[in-house]
Formats: sequence, C-alpha cells, structure tokens
Amino acid sequence: MTSETAAQGDPVLRLSGITKRFGALVANDGISFDLARGEVIALLGENGAGKTTLMNILFGHYSADAGSVEVFGQTLPPGQPGAALKAGVGMVHQHFTLADNMSVMDNILLGTEPLWRLGLGRRAARARVAALSRDFGLEVDPDETIAALSVGERQRVEILKALYRDAKILILDEPTAVLTPQETNALFLTLRKAVALGLSVIFISHKLHEVMAISSRVLVLRHGRLAGSVVAAETDRQKLAELMVGAEITPPAPSKATPGAPLLVLDRVATEPQGQRPGLHDVSLSLRAGQITGLAGVSGNGQGALADLLSGLALPTEGSLEIVGERVTGWSPRAAIAAGIGRIPEDRHRTGTIADFTLTENAILETYAQAPASRRGWMDWRAARERAEDIIAQYDVRCPGPQTRIRLLSGGNMQKLILGRVLQGNPRVIIANQPVRGLDIGAVTYVQNQLIKARDAGAAVLLISEDLDEILTLSDVIHVISEGRLSRGFPRGTMKPADLGQWMAGQGFDHAA
Amino acid sequence: MRLEAIENPTLARSLGLPVLALVATFMVGGFLAMLAGANPLLTFGLIVKGAVGSKFALLETLNRATPLIFTGLAVAVAFRAKLWNIGAEAQLYAGALVTILIGTKLALPGPLLIPLMGIGAMIAGGVVLLGPVLLKTRLGVDEVVTTLLFNFIMLLLISMLLEGPLKDPMGMGWPKSEAIPRNARLPRLVEGLRLHWGFGIAILSAVVVWVVQTRTTLGYEIRAVGLNAEAARFAGIPVGAVMVKTALLSGGLAALAGYSEVAGLKGNLTLDLSPGFGYTGIVVAMLALLNPLGVIVSAIFVAGIFVGADGMSRAAEVPTYIADILLACALLFMVLAILLTKFRVRKG
Repeated sequence: MTSETAAQGDPVLRLSGITKRFGALVANDGISFDLARGEVIALLGENGAGKTTLMNILFGHYSADAGSVEVFGQTLPPGQPGAALKAGVGMVHQHFTLADNMSVMDNILLGTEPLWRLGLGRRAARARVAALSRDFGLEVDPDETIAALSVGERQRVEILKALYRDAKILILDEPTAVLTPQETNALFLTLRKAVALGLSVIFISHKLHEVMAISSRVLVLRHGRLAGSVVAAETDRQKLAELMVGAEITPPAPSKATPGAPLLVLDRVATEPQGQRPGLHDVSLSLRAGQITGLAGVSGNGQGALADLLSGLALPTEGSLEIVGERVTGWSPRAAIAAGIGRIPEDRHRTGTIADFTLTENAILETYAQAPASRRGWMDWRAARERAEDIIAQYDVRCPGPQTRIRLLSGGNMQKLILGRVLQGNPRVIIANQPVRGLDIGAVTYVQNQLIKARDAGAAVLLISEDLDEILTLSDVIHVISEGRLSRGFPRGTMKPADLGQWMAGQGFDHAA
Repeated sequence: MRLEAIENPTLARSLGLPVLALVATFMVGGFLAMLAGANPLLTFGLIVKGAVGSKFALLETLNRATPLIFTGLAVAVAFRAKLWNIGAEAQLYAGALVTILIGTKLALPGPLLIPLMGIGAMIAGGVVLLGPVLLKTRLGVDEVVTTLLFNFIMLLLISMLLEGPLKDPMGMGWPKSEAIPRNARLPRLVEGLRLHWGFGIAILSAVVVWVVQTRTTLGYEIRAVGLNAEAARFAGIPVGAVMVKTALLSGGLAALAGYSEVAGLKGNLTLDLSPGFGYTGIVVAMLALLNPLGVIVSAIFVAGIFVGADGMSRAAEVPTYIADILLACALLFMVLAILLTKFRVRKG
C-alpha cells in the first residue's frame, strides 16, 4: 500500500510535459508525473492553479497543446473521453453526473449496455454491482432512485459507476467538499480498500489535512506549473500551504472575544422550503456584538434559508426576528441594509456582483439610491467613482481601475470589493455566507482577518461555512445546522471536530421538540 | 469549434467587422438583383438615389424613420432590462387609437389637443404593456408570448372599432376613422413637404432616453436588472417596480409612433397605419446595439433602404422585397460581426 513498494513496477499512468494554453493564459505548463499501481496521489493547488484543466486533459475533455498521456504504457489519443474510459480511467466529478429520476442500478448501467440487449444480463450486472459494493465498502440500495439518496450515497454511486466500468485509475475531484467528517472517513476507507485491491487514485483537493491523511505523495500545482512533489509522510500542513502559495503564510489567530449585547435575535423562526432547499424549523439564534458566531453544517441543510432570511430576501412564516430589540415587520433587502446588516452572499458571481458592471457600478449597488451616489434620482458618477476608489485603496483590490468590468477580476479581488462595500457601511451585523470559498490562501487570510477586525470593532458576525476548520478557527460560538434545525451554541474550544460531525449528520437534535 | 472571449478588441476589429457586414449584405443583395435580371451596381445606385438622392427623397426617408425611431427606442429600453417586448405594434396602435379618440371626441383648441393626444397615447401604450409585465413578474408568464399575442388582439380590436363605433360616416364605407381637426395636427418641419414635428419629438425622445439610461438612478436600476436580476434583488433594487417603470416607458415610446403617424401624417386611423413598424423596431434596436442615440442612425438606415427600394423597384423592375432581404441580411451579418468583435473562433 505504500508508494515505495508499489512504485517499483511500471507506472499505470504517465503524464509527460502536458501544456495547455487558453489565449494568453498558460493553464498547464509542462507538467509531468507518474502514478504507480496502488498509489494515492493528491493533487493540491489553489483555485486557478490548473488542477481541473490537467484532469480534463487526462480524461480527454480537452486536448493538450503539447505533451502526452500514457495509460498502462499506451498513449491515449487526445480529446477522446471514451478512450480514457476504455483504458481504465474513471472520474468522479465534483458535481455529480447522475440521472435523478432513475434508480441506482440504471445509473450504473447507463451507457454500458449494448442497445440490442437491453434488459438482458441484468442479473449478472446486479451480482457484479453487489460484489463491488461489498469489496469496496460502498453500501447503497441498487433499487433506490437517485433523488432519494443523500449526497454521500450519490458519491458512492458515482464511484460504483467508475468501478463497474473496470476503472483501474480513479480520479476524484474535490470529493469531500460535500461530505460530513464521518462520510469523509467512510470515503477514505473505500479508497484504502481500492488501493489494496491494486487500483490507483488521484485525489484533488485543497483541504490540507485530508491530503495528508489519504495520499502517499502530494503534487503541488501553482500557476499551472508543478511547484513540488513531496512524500506526505515527510511534510506538514504549513509546508504544503507555503508550497501552494509560494510564500510564507500566517493563519489568522483571533484573540479572545468580548461579547456584548445581542444585536440580532431569532425566536423560534420557521421559513418555507424553496424547491430542493429545506426551510428552517424552530430556529432560535442570538448574534451578539463583538462575537463571531459560526454556523457549521453540510451543504444544503438550511444555511441558504437562514442567510436569505437575514439578508432580507425571505420572511419568517413563524416566530420573530428582532434587531437591537426591535421586532422587524417590513422586511426586504433594503430594510436589512438600512437596519445595519452587512451581507456577504454565498455566490459572489451570481448574487454579490453584476459581472458586466464596472467596479464603480458594483461598489454602489447597495447605496446607489442615496447621497452621495445619487441625488433626487440623478446619479453622481464622480462621487460613485470616488467611493469605488476608496474601497480599492482601503481593501487592497487589485484591478486596472474603477472603470474596469468586475468580471475581469479574480475571485479574491471581487470578494474584497464586496467586503469593502459591506464594511464601509459600518454594519452592526455581518452575515458572511461562505466568505472565502474558492479564494486563494492570501485572500482567505485577508478576508478572515477583516471579519475578526469587524468583530473587535463591535460587530456581530455570523460566519456560515462548510469548512469545519474555518469554523473552528474563527468562531467564538458554534451552532450546527441540519435539515433546517439549529443546535444550541457551543462556546469556543468545547467541541471536537468529530463531535461536530455527529451533529452535522443530524444526531443529537431533539426530534420531539 | 469554440469561442474565446476578446477583452479589448482592436479598433480595426470593432470598426472593420461591421463594415464587412454591410459589404456582405450588399453582396447578397447584389446577387439577388442579378437573379432578377438587373445590374447590381445600378440597383444599389438607384436605392441610394431613392433614399437620399434629392431633398424630397431625404425628407421622405426621415419621415419613414420617425415611427421607427420610436419603436426602436421602445424595444431598446425594454431589451436593456431583459424585458422582451415584441408587442410594440400593439402599443403603437393603442397610441394611435387614443390619439384619434382624444382628437375627434374632445372639442378643444388644437394647441391643447396636440400635447393631450401625446400624453394620452403614451399612457395607453404603457398600460397595454403593463398587463404582460404584471403577468411576468407575478405569475412568471413568458412576456414574449403575451406581448406578441397582444399585437393581434389590438389589431382585431381596432378592426372592430373601425367597422363599428369609430367608423367615419363620410368614409364611403371604408374602414377608417374620422380625421382629427387640422389645427390639432403636428406642424410641418419643412413647409410644403411631409416631414413633420414627429421627427423632432423622436430625436428628442432618443436624447431623453439616453440621459435616463446614463444619468439617472432609474437607468442604473434598469441596467442592473437586465444584466443580473438576482444580484439586483439581493442589493435591494425593487426588481418588480423597475420592470413596471420600464414597461411604462417602453410602451409609451412605442405609442408615440402611433401618435406621430396619426397626428403628423395620416390624420385618421386605418388598419394599414403601420406596415409592421413595431416589428421593424426590433431590427432597428438590435442594429443600434440597444443604444438610444444609435437608434436614430439605424432607424434612418432602415428607412432609407425601404424608401430607396421603392424608388429602385419602379426604375429597375427589381421587386421591393429586396428591401426586406437586405434588412434581414444586414441584421444577421451585423449580429455575427458584433459577436466576432467580442469573441475569436478557435478550433478544438
């Protein structure tokens, strides 16, 4: 199982000098590495480092400008996903590719059955799926429809799909992003079994502790180049992080909080479910001044409903919302802004900014209707531009200028503009929904430190994140959300990740209440 | 094949490609003229002569451009907010109808009737578009369908009125309304020729729309809603109210086309008041890239082709349908040219 013994044979996969350009951008620059039988390689890198491009080339979605991909000694024809599949490369995408209305069995078989034999050979197929499930510890009911499965179970179906197609090399793209810590452990167990059975795995992630836990070798990508290849046992998280960024980093370390009065209080609130997203049930929450309240939970368990409610987009159907002791009645985004709530939305591209607006136009998105941005319905573009310039200077937004369209900015700089827009209003309450998701480490540290600074200045901060590490580092109090229900608050240092994981999986909630 | 975004297109690219589009348009048109047995260069010469070759021709072109500026503006304003108003034709007829009602039923002095008819027309046009927009914002009904269908409802309604209560008793049995009094007509811009003040109002409207879009909070809201309604809503922009305001503006502008045709040109209401000005407004707005000042230029271009083709057809015996083909080609090639200024085509 260790790379030293397994790496002796011929490599099962060899990438040589892979280069891929998109216009002026070099997404992959001469990347070469080998994958041995029974080895787990982690591919680590920040957003935009070229991980996904590289995997898309390996899997035949893109064809490389230079370089070749060899699987079991055979060079793959470029740009043919079918060839990669046939050669034994299976890919589990971050966003699943399953048909929701079909059964697990149908999804696994989809595309493997010849047309003229439809319906025959099902028994044999069933037996094979059952055997694979057993061997790899991938328990799932083959007759259940996908729509009825949890995210963790869907991922198991994806892996089964690849295994059923005789994949000898499994590529997993950010597989833990949607899992609870317990589900992650189960996935790791499966991967260890796979490796013991002679498969090889490429594990793409930006979560350092997971990379350390599962892989024997870590390849670090930076700006499209292979910045380093290290043996997992001989390195630590700090070193990996620095390799990833190319500079020394100091993670934020908030001082002890001095909580003040509750600024925003939810009392037994319920909201309507919206499509697939659950609503809130009987949620009571108090956000105190000078304190970061962390909201942990697996994606899609009501975080969106809570953020929408506090952002002014949704109304409670039951219970009450109080801001600084006053019960809220007319509730809208504008009312929320007026009440001193600063909102950092989950999706900065779709909700936080307007891509084809300039930085200036985006900077005044929440305040365009008041002076100085406008007077009596007339825009004052000079004042708006000055405001954008202020934010750019104060919050270190790297951009060609305020008249640049914001779509040209990196995620980190976009987020800094949103952060600046929010913080310039001196909000009493800050709702930060996934504020650092997808950002590079430099921007992550910056945004987190700004949130701590706002806390120290007396703001009540609600930090919603699916990253448990982030929650544990920043939060003074942690609540867990599961299926729209909220746990009580756990003060800093009283909960271990595994305990939080239990809550995230829905255990510990009082069903009778 | 795939498209790759170009962030800063060169000047040669952004100017050259539209010119190429025009060249391609005229090459297609020339080929068709040859098929009709005419010399293509002669044909185009006749079109240009017919459109701008004399003072009379030029004024006639501007005359034809007037309703197109209004409907082009109506479409440009609505499309900016991603409100797909295909019903400028209906709003135009609503404006014409109210113009006739006010002009013939209210016994008021002309100087009072002229602005009153205009205001009434704008309100009518706005109201006609309001229905589909409320259906869209409240119930999510697709406005492409509802605004399009309203064109037929309005035309049939007018047809019914012209055969019934609004029928001119002195009209020799033709389905047309009574005419509004002479002193309630829009004055001529040039004495003795047909160009009237409607053209002036159209230019003024374009400038006003441009100012609204670039200098006012409403313009900012309309652009925000059009580019990303979700982000606009999150930021506190009242998306529904902005849609309603856009509808009133767009419908009102389209209605001014009907007002100016009735009060400036025809004097009465008939079923052939508009040869599809509402639909052609979409072409005008698209050619102008939804820019209100660009609408003036593109409306004159489109009107010129129509007017020029009329003259050419008489002289060269090429059917006037060539005008429709030229416009269709101009639009398609122009859209392609604009795409190619923003994107580069790459293989693989």
